Amino acid sequence: MHMPLEDTLGLNLLAANQQRAEHNREHFDAWNLLCLNVMSSPGAGKTSLLERSLAALSGRWAMAVLEGDMTTLLDAERLEAVGIPVVPITTGRACHLDAAMVSGGLKLLRQRLDPAALDILWVENVGNLVCPAEFAIGEHRKVALLSVTEGDDKPLKYPVMFREADCVLITKVDLLPHLPVDVERIEAHIRQVNPRCAVFRLSATSGEGFEAWHAWLDAQRQAVQTSPALLHA
Amino acid sequence: MHEVDMTRCLLLSMNEWKQQHAPRVPAVDRVHLEVGTFTCVEPDQLVVTWADAVKGSWLDGAELVIESVLLVGRCVRCQATYSPDPANGFRSPCCQHPMEEIVSGRELRIRSVAYGFETATTQPTAPCFTPAC
Repeated sequence: MHMPLEDTLGLNLLAANQQRAEHNREHFDAWNLLCLNVMSSPGAGKTSLLERSLAALSGRWAMAVLEGDMTTLLDAERLEAVGIPVVPITTGRACHLDAAMVSGGLKLLRQRLDPAALDILWVENVGNLVCPAEFAIGEHRKVALLSVTEGDDKPLKYPVMFREADCVLITKVDLLPHLPVDVERIEAHIRQVNPRCAVFRLSATSGEGFEAWHAWLDAQRQAVQTSPALLHA
Repeated sequence: MHEVDMTRCLLLSMNEWKQQHAPRVPAVDRVHLEVGTFTCVEPDQLVVTWADAVKGSWLDGAELVIESVLLVGRCVRCQATYSPDPANGFRSPCCQHPMEEIVSGRELRIRSVAYGFETATTQPTAPCFTPAC
């Protein structure tokens, strides 16, 4: 038996991850680079998006990728083929990247190059519409993808992911003529859970929509260059 | 699956809290969490994961008590608070405005720890998870 005591903590359950994420972000700011956390369900087109954007932007920005995957190096190998430095992070059974995993990836990246020479660091998260939304990694911006083949109800079924996103990319729009899906309804559902995020419609196959997406990306890169603190909110 | 990682983070915080009482080791009766309904956490799963993780550690026997915090939004047009309903697309029922402001429901918080000190001190054992966060 003991005298009952009670301590009030009021501490974030994910405080340990949050502290590590803030540490990562201090590095990103010191290196003056924009870090993007790219998230979606499996097969929504994250790697295809990166392939096209990396190829299109490599002349303008110096970039690298931290590639999260549960078991294989397949995506990392696809992106290496574009000629951009890629560090694979194999998560094993974990269904998301956390700040410690990204920190480990940064250590490996630093063995290959000076991160201060980079403009944009892409982090491709593990394909999952649930867990990655809760684990900060130190990113400046969260980018969520939703392919038209997933149906229009996903923003309502997985609202936390789309609420957390700064930008939502509706992908594979070249397939719209073949699908009984209403892209206006997809976008409306995104706006219902997150009226403030940027939304773009893309096709990595045809290139549709990439000009606007890259313009948004340029604006984020310029913002971090001008005042990284503004991106911390 | 990520409830395992949530539990790992919780154990790290609990170990830090224990250090505040060193060299004494608190005997923890209950850990109170506040978990919002607009999070990706399944409370029942977290309780199961916790019970498994603390076995054989200094927290063995400590109960995890989870209080759900309901999702509450505030309509930016009329300032009325409401319970966003997925069936209504999370819109405000008053103005049908999208869910812009969230008042509560995003909580993932360790609210408090109920504990005491045994008269006979026991040697603590390491928790099941290694610090990885």
